[in-house]
Amino acid sequence: MSANPDRADAPVVDIRGLRVDLPDAGFDVVDEVSLRVWPGEVLGLVGESGCGKTTVGLALLGHCRRGAEITAGEVLVDGRDIAGANDAELLALRGRVVAYIPQDPPTALNPALRIATQVREVLDAHLGDWTAEQRDERLREVLREVHLPSDDAFLRRYPHQLSGGQQQRVTIAMAFACRPKVIVCDEPTTGLDVITQERVLETVRELCRRHRVAAVYVSHDLAVVSSLADRVAVMYAGRVVESSSRDELFANPRHPYTRGLLRAVPDLDGARSPVGIPGHAPLPGARTEGCFFGPRCQLCSDECRREFPAVTVVGPGHEVRCHHAHQALPGEAARVPQPAQALGELVIEAQGLSASYGGNQVLHGVDLGVLAHECVALVGESGSGKTTLARCIAGLHPDYEGRLLLGGTELAPRARRRTTDERRRIQYIFQNPYASLHPRHTVGRSLAAPLRLFFGLKGSACARRVAELLERVSLSRAAAESFPEELSGGERQRVAVARALAAEPAVLVCDEITSALDVSVQAAVLELLADLQQQMGLSVLFITHNLALIRTIADRVAVMSEGRIVEVRPTQAVLEAPEAAYTRELLEHTPRLDPQPSAVAAVLGPDPVDPVRAEPQ
Amino acid sequence: MLRLITLRIALGVLTLWLVSVLVFVGTQVLPGDTATAILGPSATPDRLAALRKLLHLDDSVVAQYWHWLSSLVQGDLGTSASAGVPLSEILSSRVQNSGVLMLASGLIAVPVGLGLGVWAAIRRDRLADHLTSGSSLVLAALPEFVIGMALVLLFATTVFQWLPAVSLLGPGQAIWSKPQAAVLPVAALALAVIPYITRIMRGSMIEVLQSDYVQTARLKGLPERTVILRHSVPNALVPAIQVTALQLAWLAGGVVVIEYLFSFPGVGGLLVDSVTGREITIVQDVSLLIAAVYVTLNVLADVLCILITPKVRTGIS
Amino acid sequence: MSFAGTADDVALAPIEAVHARRQWLETLRSAARLRRTRLGLLMVGGLVVLAVVGPLLAPHSPSAFVGPGLTSPSKVALLGTDSLGRDVLSRFLHGGRTVISLALLATILGVGVGAAVGMFAAYARGLVDGILMRTSDVLLAFPQIVLVLLLVTGAGTHLWLIVVTVALGHAPRTARVIRAAAMEIVERDFIKAAEVMGESRWRIVFGGIMPMVTSPLLVEFGLRMVYSIALVTAVSFLGFGLQPPTADWGLMINENRLGIIQQPWSVVMPVLAIGLLTVGTNLITDGVARAAIGLDRRRSA
Repeated sequence: MSANPDRADAPVVDIRGLRVDLPDAGFDVVDEVSLRVWPGEVLGLVGESGCGKTTVGLALLGHCRRGAEITAGEVLVDGRDIAGANDAELLALRGRVVAYIPQDPPTALNPALRIATQVREVLDAHLGDWTAEQRDERLREVLREVHLPSDDAFLRRYPHQLSGGQQQRVTIAMAFACRPKVIVCDEPTTGLDVITQERVLETVRELCRRHRVAAVYVSHDLAVVSSLADRVAVMYAGRVVESSSRDELFANPRHPYTRGLLRAVPDLDGARSPVGIPGHAPLPGARTEGCFFGPRCQLCSDECRREFPAVTVVGPGHEVRCHHAHQALPGEAARVPQPAQALGELVIEAQGLSASYGGNQVLHGVDLGVLAHECVALVGESGSGKTTLARCIAGLHPDYEGRLLLGGTELAPRARRRTTDERRRIQYIFQNPYASLHPRHTVGRSLAAPLRLFFGLKGSACARRVAELLERVSLSRAAAESFPEELSGGERQRVAVARALAAEPAVLVCDEITSALDVSVQAAVLELLADLQQQMGLSVLFITHNLALIRTIADRVAVMSEGRIVEVRPTQAVLEAPEAAYTRELLEHTPRLDPQPSAVAAVLGPDPVDPVRAEPQ
Repeated sequence: MLRLITLRIALGVLTLWLVSVLVFVGTQVLPGDTATAILGPSATPDRLAALRKLLHLDDSVVAQYWHWLSSLVQGDLGTSASAGVPLSEILSSRVQNSGVLMLASGLIAVPVGLGLGVWAAIRRDRLADHLTSGSSLVLAALPEFVIGMALVLLFATTVFQWLPAVSLLGPGQAIWSKPQAAVLPVAALALAVIPYITRIMRGSMIEVLQSDYVQTARLKGLPERTVILRHSVPNALVPAIQVTALQLAWLAGGVVVIEYLFSFPGVGGLLVDSVTGREITIVQDVSLLIAAVYVTLNVLADVLCILITPKVRTGIS
Repeated sequence: MSFAGTADDVALAPIEAVHARRQWLETLRSAARLRRTRLGLLMVGGLVVLAVVGPLLAPHSPSAFVGPGLTSPSKVALLGTDSLGRDVLSRFLHGGRTVISLALLATILGVGVGAAVGMFAAYARGLVDGILMRTSDVLLAFPQIVLVLLLVTGAGTHLWLIVVTVALGHAPRTARVIRAAAMEIVERDFIKAAEVMGESRWRIVFGGIMPMVTSPLLVEFGLRMVYSIALVTAVSFLGFGLQPPTADWGLMINENRLGIIQQPWSVVMPVLAIGLLTVGTNLITDGVARAAIGLDRRRSA
């Protein structure tokens, strides 16, 4: 967007009116994108899935996905237009001037090549005039910089012999090997646990500062961006809708989408409950006339329906594309937490549960119970065993020792061996709504299955009940006729919830049910679940890796680490005065939205090489 | 890794043993008197009895099977029922001839197939790719004897008359005494196999070219040569090796029809003649031999895959 | 379009909602829009019509002697005579029925059995899967033609035996393909969801898994049909199929190949017909495969 008056030197990245098209499909992926980044600065490029943020990130390297092409605009990197560069120029720029840190290191590293080869080849390609010794020296130096061992034994390893965090460090080393001027980080910490994530972010930050590298950090995670970025650009449906300095954006967001997004992010510190944005983002071919956010916007006016708003400057370096940037958003009635219901007896209980997965023991004598009308959150990092515990309860993981009691009677380990009524009383909602509904069955057929199996319902009685269930989860009756592929992720997860409710269960086991959804949709599904739990008096076991979610929904929290429960206490108590060291560590490392002086800044202190940052914004 | 390889070989041996049972049961236990079938309905009882004795037809089925398998393991292939000569004599030159035929077709088909596959993948959706895909679609569909017959029509008889239509080799003659006799059979076999290798290599290569690690390699600014040769081809080969082995193994079956078509003196032609002449021992031995080639090639392919996949080779760390 | 972590900006080609109640019909319909499929249909359709009505059009009986052997085309015999002096055209017109019907029967039998075995093996896993797969390994150790010859040696030449042995060769191969496709389906959550609810195994296999493997199944059927035609004609060509004096394309090549220089028509015609039939079938199959991939791609968007 426009020049920042604070900056004396030239921006190292200058994107002007970038447009990327899918010529065969006949529409654009992104358009009218203009961004600038100065040396040593981190720009957070934020948006939900499908908004085009990765497309913009890749355009900085002159790369488009198959079938897409840059059709307009300039992408100036260090003064050279990468959009118009020929193949030879691109080869010389990529890896040398602008480097890339990929999203998913297990797939981004070549499984058949040693670590040394993969880092070394960047040096070989770009520093051909160096001697072999110099390149070898740089190889080891850059590995040390990302805090990896640089001995020969390590260099000879293959990617699969490293941990997820180490793999990500290798990709960072590759990116920094030739001392580029710009790096593009494509959600490099997705899939890492919070502690590893923070350490990796720290490394990226440190290297950017030390070498005065500008970074474009692409992410869907507002909390991560708030802890890392100097400036933030928010994308929606292929357009940059708002951009400003980080502090300004989080303190004074102007676009209704940004504001909605910020409200939807669950807050660990409990100042507010997350509120979802109604609807979902349009697919690129299905955008509306006028403002693309219009259909989901509370401020939407005729003007918005007519034309897409132009850029409005609302403050120094703060630009918004909204006709109503100065208008306040109608205050959403904050959800009043209903008085807690009286808790009843133990509904489901695990006693001394131990289980193995793939030869490793993942559960070690777990004791955990859920009372009637109670919601217990089971929190832990990936690999902590929480999903295995859930699957044991559901009867999907029959290989366990110990006992599972449903209302005091012991359950058979395998779902098939349980009685129909036992199967009915425990309902399990899967993590990924894209996988848990049969793609070739209509929603109606999926919902009819439990009705047929548990209540023998058929024909019109069944259809009536299906319609009721759909309304219960705020979907229209017509949804019964549609196939999952015609629904958005949030709608699918509502159908999955409805299928569980169809059984009229006593206990609902929710396995990370919002982790596959965008933030704005996640909040809405959480609201629904909380309402249902309170209205129907359900018992819920809510499994999540995201501590920030639990305050909204859980009465008690069980924290799990390496197959053991380290702490079970009321939610408030755990969040405010964690007892277990592990819980404290988790809480400490969970990224928070409110930009506070991050742990990183505290460690490193003010950076002497970057005077720009010291100036007031 | 060694454990994996040993396991795979053991499984191959087990399969081969079960195959021998099937071969035996398939040919011998089905209804009909074998001796009568060989000698015809007019044979005298004396001759029938003599033949039964020679073939151990009066023993129990299990004993017969045991006799056959144990002598086979000791290198005794048995005796031809009609000619009365040891089978090892009949088989040795034919095995050599067929071996040369298979080897030559394989040596042509594998590099050509893999190369075309890589080429088509790199030129995806361009003319080269369409031509390769189109012709492999046609060739893959054609039965090998149709390809063979078309070659004969084109190069040996009606259009050009460059090469012999039939091999005209004596039963004991080795193939290298008349190499031009092998040209058309080798061409037919190679043409039948190449499209399959090309298609799998193209598919596998396209998948690899779309992988994240190839994108990473490109975004590192590596020259295209390195991206293709170092990052793509080795990874694309793994699935292609399995199919290639399967195709080479298929050659063991392809020679049956092709040798018959060209009157080529190899094991395939022998098998057809023996089925006609009800030479059961030969049918058993040759079928088992072909199956052994088949199983061995598959085991080799799996072992090769284990060896070139670092993740498997180095075990889980 | 899932989590930002996996598929930001995906291959963006969704839009027209594809109704999927009958996935296979949808696949066939979109395959029929491809040029290659149409070409294939034209070729196969023409030959099937020829095989069905051919015998009615034939000027002579396929086993009647109409002149001396291996004569060139004349007014009596439009394509000349074969090695025994029978009318090539009449034999050609009669010779397609057996090829097509035997091949079709063998394909239906082999693919049907193979698909069922594959799906059950994938769903059952463990011991049942192991036994089924080891059994198929044994059958897979033979090239299909050798398997046919082996059983012909034991039981003699019968048409039913050819159908059964060709099918026997197809079944383990189809089972492998369908099992591989089903293995991935079986692990998906919607199958787990049906299990947790206590859905019957039968319903899970045929209601849950089968609709997900219709595309590989259709493609497999086409491929197997191509190989069936090749095998059935090859067996006849080797002399173990239909016995003289029946007219059959494979047999015709065998009977006349030595006279190819004097009278090429008696070989060229059946070779051409078999070639067109297999290539046509393969074109249709390829069209179906492409259509299936296209539909999947649109779905995953």
